[in-house]
Amino acid sequence: MITEATRARFAREVAKYPADQKQSAVMACLAIVQQEQGSVSAESEAVIAEYLGMPQIAVREVTTFYNMYNQRPVGAFKLNVCTNLPCQLRDGQKALRHLEHKLGISAGETTADGLFTLQQSECLGACADAPVMLVNNRAMCSFMDNGKLDQLIDGLRGSHEAVSATQAKGE
Amino acid sequence: MTTTAAQILSQFQATGVQTCFHDRHIEPQIYAGLDGTNWSLKDYEARGGYQALRRILGQDGAEGLTQDQVIATVKESGLRGRGGAGFPTGLKWSFMPRSFPGQKYLVCNSDEGEPGTCKDRDILQFNPHIVIEGMIIAAYAMGISVGYNYIHGEIFQTYDRFEEALEEARAAGYLGDKILGSNFSFQLHAAHGFGAYICGEETALLESLEGKKGQPRFKPPFPASFGLYGKPTTINNTETFAAVPWIIRNGGAAYLACGKPNNGGTKIFSVSGDVEKPGNYEIPLGTPFSKLLELAGGVRKGRQLKAVIPGGSSSPVLPASIMMDCTMDYDSIAKAGSMLGSGAVIVMDDSRCMVESLLRLSYFYMHESCGQCTPCREGTGWMWRVIDRIKHGHGRDTDLDLLNSVADNIQGRTICALGDAAAMPVRAMIKHFRPEFEAMIQSGASRTATSV
Amino acid sequence: MVEIELDGQKVEVAEGCMVMHAAEKAGTYIPHFCYHKKLSIAANCRMCLVEVEKAPKPMPACATPVTQGMIVRTKSEKAIKAQQSVMEFLLINHPLDCPICDQGGECQLQDLAVGYGGSASRYAEEKRVVLNKDVGPLISMQEMSRCIHCTRCVRFGQEVAGVMELGMIHRGEHSEITTVAGDTVDSELSGNMIDICPVGALTSKPFRYSARTWELSRRRSVSPHDSTGANLIVQVKNHKVLRVLPFENEAVNECWIADRDRFSYEALSSDDRLTQPMLKQGGVWKEVDWQTALEYVANGIKNIKNDHGAQSIGALVSPHSTLEELYLAASLVRGLGSDNVDYRLRNAEFAAPEGVRWLGTSIASLSTLQRALVIGSNLRKDHPLFALRVRQAVRHGAQVTAIGAHEPEWAMPLHRSVVQPAAQWVSALGAIASAVAQEKGVTAPAGAPASDADALAIARSLLGGERKAVLLGNAAAHHAHASELLTLANWIGSHTGATVGFLTEAANTVGAQFAGAHPVNGGLNAGQMLAGGLKAALLLNTEPVADSAAGRQAVQALSGAEMVVTLSPFKCNLEFSDVLLPIAPFTETSGTFVNAEGRLQSFHAVVRPLGETRPAWKVLRVLANLLGVAGFDFETSTDVLVRATNAAAGSVTHIPAEQLSNVVSAAAPAAAGTAADPVVASIYQLDGLVRRSPSLQLTADARLAREGVAA
Repeated sequence: MITEATRARFAREVAKYPADQKQSAVMACLAIVQQEQGSVSAESEAVIAEYLGMPQIAVREVTTFYNMYNQRPVGAFKLNVCTNLPCQLRDGQKALRHLEHKLGISAGETTADGLFTLQQSECLGACADAPVMLVNNRAMCSFMDNGKLDQLIDGLRGSHEAVSATQAKGE
Repeated sequence: MTTTAAQILSQFQATGVQTCFHDRHIEPQIYAGLDGTNWSLKDYEARGGYQALRRILGQDGAEGLTQDQVIATVKESGLRGRGGAGFPTGLKWSFMPRSFPGQKYLVCNSDEGEPGTCKDRDILQFNPHIVIEGMIIAAYAMGISVGYNYIHGEIFQTYDRFEEALEEARAAGYLGDKILGSNFSFQLHAAHGFGAYICGEETALLESLEGKKGQPRFKPPFPASFGLYGKPTTINNTETFAAVPWIIRNGGAAYLACGKPNNGGTKIFSVSGDVEKPGNYEIPLGTPFSKLLELAGGVRKGRQLKAVIPGGSSSPVLPASIMMDCTMDYDSIAKAGSMLGSGAVIVMDDSRCMVESLLRLSYFYMHESCGQCTPCREGTGWMWRVIDRIKHGHGRDTDLDLLNSVADNIQGRTICALGDAAAMPVRAMIKHFRPEFEAMIQSGASRTATSV
Repeated sequence: MVEIELDGQKVEVAEGCMVMHAAEKAGTYIPHFCYHKKLSIAANCRMCLVEVEKAPKPMPACATPVTQGMIVRTKSEKAIKAQQSVMEFLLINHPLDCPICDQGGECQLQDLAVGYGGSASRYAEEKRVVLNKDVGPLISMQEMSRCIHCTRCVRFGQEVAGVMELGMIHRGEHSEITTVAGDTVDSELSGNMIDICPVGALTSKPFRYSARTWELSRRRSVSPHDSTGANLIVQVKNHKVLRVLPFENEAVNECWIADRDRFSYEALSSDDRLTQPMLKQGGVWKEVDWQTALEYVANGIKNIKNDHGAQSIGALVSPHSTLEELYLAASLVRGLGSDNVDYRLRNAEFAAPEGVRWLGTSIASLSTLQRALVIGSNLRKDHPLFALRVRQAVRHGAQVTAIGAHEPEWAMPLHRSVVQPAAQWVSALGAIASAVAQEKGVTAPAGAPASDADALAIARSLLGGERKAVLLGNAAAHHAHASELLTLANWIGSHTGATVGFLTEAANTVGAQFAGAHPVNGGLNAGQMLAGGLKAALLLNTEPVADSAAGRQAVQALSGAEMVVTLSPFKCNLEFSDVLLPIAPFTETSGTFVNAEGRLQSFHAVVRPLGETRPAWKVLRVLANLLGVAGFDFETSTDVLVRATNAAAGSVTHIPAEQLSNVVSAAAPAAAGTAADPVVASIYQLDGLVRRSPSLQLTADARLAREGVAA
């Protein structure tokens, strides 16, 4: 279910910890799987549980406790906009509303074309950069006024269509 | 993601120019000389990096420092934990058992989740080696051979940067076996969180490192006797470790002199909210708040200062009048009835609705409660629901006393400080801005002209 | 030792104890939910907050270590206020289910709410809802909104059962207890979670809505299944057993019982219950009265004795029978002039016993073992409560090694295991003996094969530590070369300082030996009797097809008899029996079981016998009277016990040490049919009661057994 390459990435994380503490690598392994597959499925939890020698329910506890894990598939781009107090004071809520309007969905939903999932989030640790958002848990986008938000969405949409077009051509 | 998507996203990546590489620090030590491109090992060494380590290991020609001497220097410096608790660092280091037959651990708490705080991100992104050096020195002082830097998952790009820096340090022989030819060995790894504010609590962080939910442990036992994997462990904040190399190079007394008695050195303050120039400001402890506000460009759009949360959302709010009389140090802010905490200064002007602000904060604590202990798990939700009712026009006369009672019942009765962190803003907001809450209960609408 | 002052009283406890332990010693009750004396400390319910002088905040009594001179007040205003506030927090989201909740009347939350709760609620917001879960036939999780998140069930799985099946997922007020989606809770000890859940979140599914706790009478009994002799509380309403709970006995079962002990009561009201004596006449079964049935049996036996001699009469007795029943069955057989009586229904080899074979050590000592070698056993499923203790020992660093036919899955880490078909066990054990000999520089037992890496590892393990045991399981006891295994085990034990013993299969395997329920004078053993040759057979509490090594062959063997009398609580053995006599199961008779460590545990009947059922000891007495066998003048079962133990009533608590022995000095007799694997019963196939318990038969273990996978 997981490739040799993924296994190698797992092994690199496990190596950071004592030999009898493989469980310490569970968060990293789950993040790797999510990066590769977009979300964490029950099957991948089972695979990781076996790889690390821990009960499957213990893996499930971790997946559900830390809110950046996607327990269900999400759009190609998951957008997390911080709406905590410091960001609120600098248009964080406004940014979220703008995206809701631009994408035609409410926070928590995914666009019909499966491209964007929009969520609010708690403090990302970049409060002076407000409005701030995280894309697919890795790319932080700062100072996102409405103009930049539009640029981002249009740009990502364009890049995705370019990929699909290339893939379509390649067949 | 395709390369094109990555390219697009990189356009919006923060460069640090606005928040960090400005000329509005005062006598900076950690942020000094940074420009966003000079984070690598070579650049760090060029500005004096790893000199402190060399000095300790006797690589500079002198006889080096003993473990006791290093700890004494840190004690003398008056350095206090920069993550929020403000515990004297030298004292904490002296708690570690010196001759322990098993493994001991050093952990850096880079789970910067306190709303308002964004200083550690800039340190790790633009000056990672200062943290590495600080940790190596700490490990030397306490006889520790393995360390972990736990970086919160929301700054994954910074986690990747730190991993790069670690590779550089290992290649240069600063990490690993027999560092710089000495008898001292220390290996450092990076670990990451994935979305849980509670992992900023030191024992929750240890649980997370062990591959479990980030549920805090009850204390006693304390990490110095029962920490990571049950072994003696010392945990310090990113900024605390980052302060160490300067202290070693210049001496404890010099560091203390930078600040004021009992509050040595510089501190990085993350200023956000209603200011012209939000950002990170490294200034000596004891600098007046008015000066910090000035550095941040003053209150935005010429409005009036209404309230300041001086140390991250968990610290009690202070009304403008009280805050303007404070100096930015642990003791002054504590005397004013709040906490310096992480040094995240959230500024609110006179257009802000305190009910709305408290609503958002109480939602945050309910969302982040780990759920382990009864008062926090049940109480944070209760408080949010009452404040939500008030905000939406269904408040009752008994609600403010109820909120105070619930907050009172949470404080001091939980496993960790999140319960206190949830309760204190409620009590402080009601204490200093009660009329606003009462008016909203009466009228069912906000009293101020605009709301957040 | 540390002395503290608790509510003005001086209490002394060992260093490292918590305030809670001091309170227990002083007899002071501190309210709590998440604390349990057998589980790790969680300190998350916060109900036990007490005032400690000089501490700024109230401290949790369960997690605060005592210090010399500490002053603790559990009922001061500060303490009470804290406790009341926690109770308020617990109740704000707790559903008002008391009228429909099974836990009502035995609910810790209810009890503490009376003491610490308000008379009205200040909470006027919406309450959280948690969806129900289906985790199998035993535990009901249909009202999980009641859960107060104490995590006792999670810790039980991790620490006591050895498998983490329940976890608490999500965070904050969304935290909920669940299994991995859709999975059942399969541990053989899972029912204990029902006991430890302080509210009505985890309840008993078979018991659901049957009765209120105050409607139930409580009577003590002893488990009739495995050789632990778990102490039970049997609860009865309207002459029907509705529930079974553990009775605490620290030396035997601590505060736990296995699911088998807990849920087998369902069989007591099975449609399969035999309630009237029955005779087969002309191929048709007819209900008759006792007089008729017993006279028929007595006449039948007299005639058969006349025609074929006493040696054609025999009795196959279940080791789940009481000591009194076994003693009388053996005495009856001998009184008739025969020596054909045997309890060893699943054995392949029948060595002449030289003493009463037993565990070799106390049950409690299993918890403190440092080294153990387990031979031919599925420790976890065959002896759940012994496995629980060994698991504790392993948590404290014990090394457990094993020889068996399957990779052990005992929910504990093993130091080393040798997986070999049963035919290789003698040589595997011999190799270990050789390794021990090598390490000690002595001569190995004759014929022992050379040691190998595994054998050496196991030998070294057994040579280390101080408290160690070699334990022979059911498969080893039923093995074709059981005596050889025992001889080697004894050799290893004497050269490593380990005790040697048998886990023993049934509640009264030890008692059966003590009662002499086996041939002592050249009589037929169980294997011989089940191969045919008996003209009159008494089957006491056993169904040979399921309970013996002969299996289906028993039908043919017993069909050759002229009269087969089955004494059973159930309608069974119909194919080959001529008479069915309804005898009481353990709940409907008084009696005594002797557990693996030789402890005699007597019990009374807890309900009156169903229909025309009679206690088996009475049936045997009357039969003996009718047959003119002397010395059967017992009035009560206690009289039988006195005779069987040859001592005053109640004076014998353990089998006298000089009678217990695992020694084997004679050469091993040749076993019949050596090629077959030893016959063992899986966990829910062990005896007639568990086989007829519907809920147990729905478990994963039962399903696996039916599908032919080793359980």
